[in-house]
Amino acid sequence: MIVRELELDLDAFEGPFDLLLTLVLKDELDLRDVDVAGIVLSFLERLFERDELDLDACGEFLVLISALLELKARGLFPEEAAELAELEPEAAAEELARRLAEYRRMKEAAAWLRERLESEGERFFRIGPAPLAPKVDVQLAPQDPERLAAALRVLAVPPPEVSLSHMALRFPPVGQFLERFRSVLRRRTRFDFDAEVGELTRIEQAVALLALLELRRNGEVSIEQAAPFAPIRISRTDVEREASWTLRSA
Amino acid sequence: MDAPLRLIAGNPLDQLAKTIEALLVVASAPLSVQELAEAADDHPERVEAALGLVGERYREGRSGVVLEHVAGGWAYRASREAAEACARLFEKPAQRNLSQAAMETLAIVAYLGPCTRPDIAHIRGVAADSAVASLLERGLISEAGREDAAGGAIRYRTTPLFERVFGLESLSQLPRLDDLGGDVAEIRERLHQVAEKRTA
Repeated sequence: MIVRELELDLDAFEGPFDLLLTLVLKDELDLRDVDVAGIVLSFLERLFERDELDLDACGEFLVLISALLELKARGLFPEEAAELAELEPEAAAEELARRLAEYRRMKEAAAWLRERLESEGERFFRIGPAPLAPKVDVQLAPQDPERLAAALRVLAVPPPEVSLSHMALRFPPVGQFLERFRSVLRRRTRFDFDAEVGELTRIEQAVALLALLELRRNGEVSIEQAAPFAPIRISRTDVEREASWTLRSA
Repeated sequence: MDAPLRLIAGNPLDQLAKTIEALLVVASAPLSVQELAEAADDHPERVEAALGLVGERYREGRSGVVLEHVAGGWAYRASREAAEACARLFEKPAQRNLSQAAMETLAIVAYLGPCTRPDIAHIRGVAADSAVASLLERGLISEAGREDAAGGAIRYRTTPLFERVFGLESLSQLPRLDDLGGDVAEIRERLHQVAEKRTA
């Protein structure tokens, strides 16, 4: 669909869209008389007839119609005229004349500047650093391709891999402590946590505490601590249960 | 007969003139008398006298380099005789292809600056954004603060490069606005004529 060939049938104009545009641009048709909404309707009708969305045509139409609308809006409500409308006709004419005179003065000033530029066209001067710096001619010594290859070969060797092992934190497995605590509890019914792990590293102590919590979750042990930072006492649950049962039956 | 040998004592003013020549050669923008005096560590009055000597040596027709008073200072430029050769060496981007809109905008900034884009648009009746951008890029105008401190519209004024490109000693060399066209009475008369034609 070619937007410019869109046939229009308006009160003020009948013919293809591009002829309308030409007439408007040549000032042979007053935009104030043109029904822009009518143009939009004609376009939409054509669009529906085709039953498919022609994005290119829509884009082109949008550009043309918005330009037309802007021209019309400017023609209908010139900003200057709106300001002047608040004045009495005489004052408005005076204000308009003053503004036109101001603009004309600036136009003449621009013309003066242009003349000046032409008459001063032969003026050349330095702005910023000197435009041409002497070019440095770098002379290379004769080179042997074999040496280049040797140099590249050195570069092509992958660098030795750097070990990062010392940077990693290594944790002993939790299972190790589970086994350890279970074996302690097989020998004794209760034990003191601090005494059991006191000689281990900080990391190992942390893992030992996790193992302890795991045992507690499984219901294998019960944990007592009288106060924060007080020694942690661990006892076998079956012993505990026995004791309470004995107490209740007593 | 042999001419008697004359010994000329070193003239301090001549020495100062040499120093000024050197300063003008290394400067990339016009230097004011004050700047020359500070750099040469001498009195402004003596600098002006020395500039007279330098100007005599580098005047149009006598030398390929010409001393000129421009943009509020003193600077060397190429002689007009050498202009063609200079034009073959490099172009002049600052003044190439200045549009009519840019020219009018430049005139408004030169006469009314510092002024804002809305000021320019108000006089020309159309937005001045692209003309202002083009003039900024060419270095013919520069920003000069904002209207009403922070948040106001940016003000623009012409640069020393503008004066240099147009060969002006200062903005006061521009013709007086009153001498330019734009007689209010005449325009008012024409407006009335147009109005009468319409109503007729």
